[in-house]
Amino acid sequence: MSKGSPISPALLAARPAPPAAPARETVPVVQASAVRGPNAVVAPTRMLGSAAIVRSLEELGVDDVFGLPGGAILPTYDPLMASTKLRHVLVRHEQGAGHAAQGYAMVTGRPGVCIVTSGPGATNLVTAIADAHMDSVPMVAITGQVSSAFIGSDAFQEADIVGITMPITKHSYLVTDAQDIPRVLAEAFHIATTGRPGPVLVDIAKDAQQASMTFSWPPRVDIPGYRPVLRGHAKQVREAARLISGSQRPVFYVGGGVVKGHASVELKELAELVGAPVVTTLMARGVFPDSHEQHVGMPGMHGSVSAVTALQQADLLITLGARFDDRVTGVLSSFAPNARVIHADIDPAEISKNRAADVPIVGSVKEIIPELTAAVRESFATQERPDISAWWKTINHLRDTYPVGFSQPEDGLSAPQQVIKRIGELTGPEGVFVSGVGQHQMWAAQFIQYERPHAWLNSGGLGTMGYSVPAAMGAKVGNPDRVVWAIDGDGCFQMTNQELATCVINNIPIKVAVINNSSLGMVRQWQTLFYEGRYSNTDLNTGHDTVRVPDFVKLADAYGCVGLRCERDEDIDATIEQALAINDRPVVIDFVVSRDSMVWPMVPSGVSNDLIQIARNMTPTWEQED
Amino acid sequence: MARHTLSVLVEDVPGVLTRVASLFARRAFNINSLAVGPTEVAGMSRITVVVEAEGDLLEQVTKQLNKLINVIKIVELTTELSVQRDHILIKVRADAATRLQVTQAADLFRASVVDVATDSLIIEATGTPEKLSALLSVLEPFGIREIVQSGTLAIGRGAKSMSDRALRSA
Repeated sequence: MSKGSPISPALLAARPAPPAAPARETVPVVQASAVRGPNAVVAPTRMLGSAAIVRSLEELGVDDVFGLPGGAILPTYDPLMASTKLRHVLVRHEQGAGHAAQGYAMVTGRPGVCIVTSGPGATNLVTAIADAHMDSVPMVAITGQVSSAFIGSDAFQEADIVGITMPITKHSYLVTDAQDIPRVLAEAFHIATTGRPGPVLVDIAKDAQQASMTFSWPPRVDIPGYRPVLRGHAKQVREAARLISGSQRPVFYVGGGVVKGHASVELKELAELVGAPVVTTLMARGVFPDSHEQHVGMPGMHGSVSAVTALQQADLLITLGARFDDRVTGVLSSFAPNARVIHADIDPAEISKNRAADVPIVGSVKEIIPELTAAVRESFATQERPDISAWWKTINHLRDTYPVGFSQPEDGLSAPQQVIKRIGELTGPEGVFVSGVGQHQMWAAQFIQYERPHAWLNSGGLGTMGYSVPAAMGAKVGNPDRVVWAIDGDGCFQMTNQELATCVINNIPIKVAVINNSSLGMVRQWQTLFYEGRYSNTDLNTGHDTVRVPDFVKLADAYGCVGLRCERDEDIDATIEQALAINDRPVVIDFVVSRDSMVWPMVPSGVSNDLIQIARNMTPTWEQED
Repeated sequence: MARHTLSVLVEDVPGVLTRVASLFARRAFNINSLAVGPTEVAGMSRITVVVEAEGDLLEQVTKQLNKLINVIKIVELTTELSVQRDHILIKVRADAATRLQVTQAADLFRASVVDVATDSLIIEATGTPEKLSALLSVLEPFGIREIVQSGTLAIGRGAKSMSDRALRSA
């Protein structure tokens, strides 16, 4: 079983239908209680601030936390040891705790929690916090802080982590009074998980942890400046339905917000009603099944020709939880030039930030999509809609002519794409795939077939090398009964593989596929394409015909993992099968692959998406438009 | 670029000014002036910020500000429907020979002399940025030693209070 509420579409579909929506309100929908968790009532009890931290986490329904103790958080680690409800996973580097919390949140839909000490402990968390901020991952980071009397004195292990993380958190708190602990933690969880999710940092001074306070639950949470709008504006929804009903070339542009909003079932219903092509962005892979005939691929810099062209030639973008990121749009002024834009997002600031929306709808996609479905159904019943079969003909032609594929490398080594493809096929759609950043990330997005949301995790916005192993660890803690693959590069793997120790010691049997091309592959690809093959500082000496520093099999062995190496095409399947059969400890496979394989298609940086290349200097043959 | 005056009602908590100011910096929005102080409601402060932005950019500024958890409400105050004032203190050279001329100039602007020394005066004035800039150009020939200026303060005309609705919805 997975932790958290079940979120696979199959499970959601099997649930009883929710009660009919109440009459439309114009005021923001406010939750009955802003305090997460079972909402037990705890009568006032005296305890230390440190105990209040642990108790608050328990009352908030937290099961798992990732962290590493140090001086300023030491008081809290004492009651943490005694807790029977919280499982603390001791990481080897604080960045690992952060990414693990992200991975946990991404697969469970519940906030990931990490606890670290002040100063370097907190600053080591910065990358993970920034990553969670860019990718809207609900996360609560608790950091110890030096005693309040020492704050500002450059005390040992003091860092102004609230100040440092201000631009990369959804919100942050500095707690110097023990009495504030329950309220602040309840607020932090509320803010992290509602509206557009994101990381919230709670910095707690050591003396607040050591002071006595009166704990009671639930605390009173009132955040006057925070009222996320969930329900879409009815007039805008009707207007969107009107545009959809009149569109000849509509496309669903689906982003990670639909994954975060747990609205894949709702999306499928709307998409099938409209019958338009669906593209899923890097952050949304799986939220609409790849096998569905309406799915035409991933858009963007390394998107499929059919998906990129669908957006370029559309007359209407039905944008759901996406943000017109530069990796999707290419040169913004030439992106989807003839399209009108419906843009539904829970964050009002995303609407018309990059591309002006014709129909802005602020709210949760979970609420908006069903309303839109109803409005479209009504609209289809009353007006004749244009025939979109010519549009499908164009898209299908592109999809058939330019499927995402790869060629066998000329150096006789395995194609990395083949390795990744087979991992996906042999594992199946119930697995979880967590990538690092670079070529292997794009291949994992392209060549694994995703059929459900929360099966694909990656660092999309920040592009954090080193995300994979710790995030996979967190995902495995959240989904212990799923097969969790870290699909990593040889560069990324070397940034965070210390968490293999955490996995072994805590029995978190992830599988790591190191796609070892002996180089910083994506940078090398750009050097091949744009710097005349001058390979400045991209050789890592880990692969075929090199000194192999480090030897990944020996490294795996040293950590107590199973280490495997696969260097030939004919061994790929057997090696993957072998890894799939091992469930009592982590497995690391060193897949030695060609360094010359490149990610295609590609829209070169700084040009219009119309100039997509399917291979080096090869563009699709465009048919004359009718 | 056009100037817009935004009144931002915020929770009076540590760091709120930093949050607002750093938002402008990291999103590359230009601040023309900024003034902050307590309001009639305990626990709430009000930041008056003059930004140089137009159209879409102004909308982005407002939306991004609204995302800050400590920001309760934002209104744009137009010059027609609000009273907007800057406050300035000017230290100007004035000896026995020029003192009378300087004080007369100050009188014309309804500015007051708040400090007198043998060779200088400090003049305090309140007004629109245009009025203050006119005052400065009149005083310029005497020799301006030092000026210190507040950000623009702005308040909507009429009986309505900005904190009314914010409090009711809270």
